Amino acid sequence: MSSTTTASSNELSQRLDPIVQRYQGKKGITIPLLADIQKEYGYVAEEAVTYVSKKMDISASEMFGVATFYAMFRLQPEGKYVIRICRGTACHVQGSASVAEEVARHLGIEEGETTEDGIFTLQHVACLGCCSLAPVMMVGDNVHGLLTPPKSIEILEDYRKKG
Amino acid sequence: MSQTIVKIGMGSCGIAAGARPVEAKLRTLLEGHPEIEIRKVGCIGLCFQEPLVEVEMDGKSTMYGHVTEESVEDIVKEHVLGGKRLDQALVLDSDGSGMENPRMDKQVRIVLRNCGIIDPEKIDEYIEREGYDALKKVVSSMTSEQVYTEVLDSGLRGRGGAGFPTGLKWKFANLSKGDEKYVVCNADEGDPGAFMDRSVLEGDPHAIIEGMAICGYAIGANHGIIYCRAEYPLAIKNLNIAIEQAKERGFLGDDIMGSGFSFDLKIKEGAGAFVCGEETALIASIEGKRGMPRPRPPFPAQSGVFGKPTNINNVETYANVAWIIRNGSKEFSKYGIGKSRGTKVFALAGKIAKGGLVEVPMGMPIREVIYDIGGGIPDGKEFKAVQMGGPSGGCIPKELLDTPVDYESINATGAIMGSGGMVVMDEGTCMIDVARFFLSFVQNESCGKCPFCRIGTKRMLEILDRITKGEGKESDIDLLLELCHQIKDGSLCGLGQTAPNPVLTTIKYFKDEYMAHIVDHRCPATVCPSLIHYVIDPEKCIGCTKCAKNCPVDAISGEIKKPHVIDDTICIRCGKCKVSCPVGAISVE
Ligand SMILES: Cc1cc2nc3c(=O)[nH]c(=O)nc-3n(C[C@H](O)[C@H](O)[C@H](O)COP(=O)(O)O)c2cc1C
Ligand code: SF4
Ligand code: SF4
Ligand code: SF4
Ligand code: FES
Repeated sequence: MSSTTTASSNELSQRLDPIVQRYQGKKGITIPLLADIQKEYGYVAEEAVTYVSKKMDISASEMFGVATFYAMFRLQPEGKYVIRICRGTACHVQGSASVAEEVARHLGIEEGETTEDGIFTLQHVACLGCCSLAPVMMVGDNVHGLLTPPKSIEILEDYRKKG
Repeated sequence: MSQTIVKIGMGSCGIAAGARPVEAKLRTLLEGHPEIEIRKVGCIGLCFQEPLVEVEMDGKSTMYGHVTEESVEDIVKEHVLGGKRLDQALVLDSDGSGMENPRMDKQVRIVLRNCGIIDPEKIDEYIEREGYDALKKVVSSMTSEQVYTEVLDSGLRGRGGAGFPTGLKWKFANLSKGDEKYVVCNADEGDPGAFMDRSVLEGDPHAIIEGMAICGYAIGANHGIIYCRAEYPLAIKNLNIAIEQAKERGFLGDDIMGSGFSFDLKIKEGAGAFVCGEETALIASIEGKRGMPRPRPPFPAQSGVFGKPTNINNVETYANVAWIIRNGSKEFSKYGIGKSRGTKVFALAGKIAKGGLVEVPMGMPIREVIYDIGGGIPDGKEFKAVQMGGPSGGCIPKELLDTPVDYESINATGAIMGSGGMVVMDEGTCMIDVARFFLSFVQNESCGKCPFCRIGTKRMLEILDRITKGEGKESDIDLLLELCHQIKDGSLCGLGQTAPNPVLTTIKYFKDEYMAHIVDHRCPATVCPSLIHYVIDPEKCIGCTKCAKNCPVDAISGEIKKPHVIDDTICIRCGKCKVSCPVGAISVE
């Protein structure tokens, strides 16, 4: 075996063994397990799933099956700020489609993609529960309401300035 | 003299409206006044007035709306420190003079009894308002049978959609044999346009904990699980704090208040799939699997989480329970009509003047909810429809505005009560676009197991797409209706079975609008991009060039000080030019 793979399996075990320990022997843990992998890597990294699935005796295909079923999991790394634009009913009738279009145009990416500089990832979500302030988007953990297309761009530029 | 308390609404809606900087300012301003308490509370329901600040002193309370970093300075100087009530932006006043007092007076607050009043992070404030008294009463003086009978007698029905009698569900779970049983709270709130569960989870988490513990006692379960969507980080945070505090005080855990009854509680975070709100999918998701529904029976009451008997209720359902036990089933069933007893919380959103949360006795006419409490339609526009029940529901037209809000009456319109989202639509909303919106939603969220749900909704979406593009045929309506019935009959779970409802109700009540799209290639609400055109009136245009500068695709040309024109083949119908024109020369046709 080459030294690089040894090094990387070392690294894998360092990053993942604590997670494995947390869940070993418990039932119904696939979702939190994936969530922890995502927290560690910023996304559901393939090599991490392969490593964990061997250690925990859950098949990798089951883990990927779960990961691809839920909107929460990403198979690619994401940007520093995740923009979640609400595409729920209240936001829709209040014009969220044009907000979403404007944001996509401004950032030059489609929904699901990350900007080249790695700052923003754009996602659509079903409802953020702040419908009375529609249209709404969440940037990181912060919810911004009563958006218009220009206002949403201003908000995003503020985040970009913060870096 | 009683203590002065300043409350600030810090639910996620309050924070979205800008409560954080107001809170920070408030704390700086009151730094030298330890005798004045600042209390962070949840959402009281007046979302359209947020950020909200309430001043309580000398037994009087006054609430201010649209508070900013600047106006909070006046509130502190004049009112909190000066003792003089301000008249600007006064929303609620205990003497009844606030502008929103009449709106609040029309409501009956059972579920929302503590929301916006107590600090959800402090268990003592919950206890002060008779919190955990019901649990105490149950474990010390009632049998399981007495508990579920009391709930049954109250007439409480599930608030998560189907409206099944809660007491009966508990009875079945109680009679189910099993060494271990589970109580599950469905806090997935997947319905877009609904946010009452979020507000209760954030604003009064102990009410859910207490309701679940009582349920555990009634059915003989020692384990509770709250399945909460991950999009609600504040709800999860407040629930975690509340669970810890309830454990410390002995309201959760082993041998609760020395009664021999034990109950533990955990939170499971959902991972963003609408179908996981369906009971059997929710169970699969709790078990860590993909959230795919399975056929029933067996019902969760027989075989639920890890194959054990399980009772699943919605957040609002549990939030009613402690109140019922404390005040008795009779007091609860005093409210309501027919087989719908108690109150219902509604989330008002969309084209409504006073969006937010309201709790009204069942049976109040929709008109009263929308006009008297919701303030009607803003900007002098005309009411067109109200959407109830989300993707499983439908659109109720103007002619039916006097329908009372109770399960049976709403069902008769073709919509459903659902979880209580009311999305109001005005003349500027296209009903075909709305139908299409819901279909694309279920299309995205279908788990894919049933061909009718997976493929049928896709066919319907294609047809609706065509209609919104002006390429529909008259036969499309019959084709849609046929598909609706097949999907209803051929789907395994509630998602597929109800997915056609938005289409059915819009065809039923807004057929004219379908015909306008199909026959006249016209979108009466001027929404559908392929059927509208932006035009500049050369008489009105002063040639200021603003529109041309704002157009993202350079569709507008013209010389300065001369009338401009839009090239319709380039225009992407973003509407930016219209809002940027200072003289209103641009219109949509
Ligand atoms: C597709 C689908 C999604 C659902 N989503 C929710 C939800 O988000 N919250 C909820 O309480 N019930 C939801 N339900 C209803 C639940 O399956 C179940 O009936 C309810 O949680 C039972 O609680 P209740 O008796 O207190 O209403 C959904 C049903 C279906 C078919
Ligand atoms: S009806 Fe739709 S969501 Fe429900 S099980 Fe079938 S495919 Fe899945
Ligand atoms: S609607 Fe948008 S794309 Fe069309 S002309 Fe106006 S600004 Fe340009
Ligand atoms: S913004 Fe209005 S007035 Fe100015 S050029 Fe455009 S249409 Fe004419
Ligand atoms: S519909 Fe957008 S926040 Fe609910």
